[in-house]
Amino acid sequence: MNQSVFRLTLPILFGYLPLGMAFGVLFTTQLEYAWWAAPLMGILIYAGAGQILAVSLLAVNAGLLEVFVAMFVLNARHLFYGLSLLGQFRGAGWRKLYLIFGLTDETYSLLTSRPRGADRAYEQEVDFRITGFNQFYWVIGCAIGALLGDNVAFDSTGIEFALVALFIVLTLEQFKALGEGFPIWIGAAAAGVSMLLLPPAHQLIGAIALVTGVLLIEYRRARKQHLQEEGNHG
Amino acid sequence: MGETGYLAAFIAVAAIATFATRVIPFLFFERHTEHPLVRHLGRYLPAAVMALLATVFLQRSADWSGAWVGFDALLPGTLVVIIHLWRRNALLSIVAGTLSYMAIQQAGL
Repeated sequence: MNQSVFRLTLPILFGYLPLGMAFGVLFTTQLEYAWWAAPLMGILIYAGAGQILAVSLLAVNAGLLEVFVAMFVLNARHLFYGLSLLGQFRGAGWRKLYLIFGLTDETYSLLTSRPRGADRAYEQEVDFRITGFNQFYWVIGCAIGALLGDNVAFDSTGIEFALVALFIVLTLEQFKALGEGFPIWIGAAAAGVSMLLLPPAHQLIGAIALVTGVLLIEYRRARKQHLQEEGNHG
Repeated sequence: MGETGYLAAFIAVAAIATFATRVIPFLFFERHTEHPLVRHLGRYLPAAVMALLATVFLQRSADWSGAWVGFDALLPGTLVVIIHLWRRNALLSIVAGTLSYMAIQQAGL
């Protein structure tokens, strides 16, 4: 089983090792903490974009409430991953907790797209090992990157742009998956308004509140239209 | 609170917040997966949040008062978009954008 799990997770190995290394390098070059805190974060937090954002939060000694809100919102997309896996994880017993903990973007896409047999317990064991393999790649990447950043001397000025680049890539991926541009424009506009009106410390939270509000209004409008159309047909 | 104490608290809070986003559906939404509001937010919120984060952090990495008036970050940002639309390889796009930003910052123009 491990051999086939390794083959399934190979693309994730190639994604996680370098991204984990980027986080590790960022961590030790931007911060004064011990290198092993980077793989420790890979074990306990286990979130790619989240950990890279964490470096910039650690750099400014962000308050813990802000840390909670920022990490929660950045990872809020995971709320919707779980919704589509409720059935698949049902009855997985003690493995379920780790399956939920390890539900990153990449693991989610693998678990929801791979072919599944009829033996439910067996497939859940495969899901469990996939999750474990993926986290292992991630932690190793974090450790290698942190050691590199600590021991290889180079001018790392500007390396924090990796976070911006990552967010741009994730936005483009969301756009391609969705095929609709309007949430992208709502998000960018909310950020712009919030940056004009609020001090830097409150800009993220303000923009998130604004985006959620606009999406709720949009939901009500779409519902009303939908009900009206149904009324016309009925 | 010492430095190590802060880091420990930080990691704990970040771990709890991240785990919360993954476990909440299993705790509270077992019966609401088909609700149209949940589906609406599930469809649009992630894209909007990503665009929001990209905008905020792009603005913060730019130097608006210097000779570049923001283009020190806008150019590398545009490069990421172009390379990603061209090859759709996340790592390549991130590395190219970061290296170009580092080059501009370190050249000190």
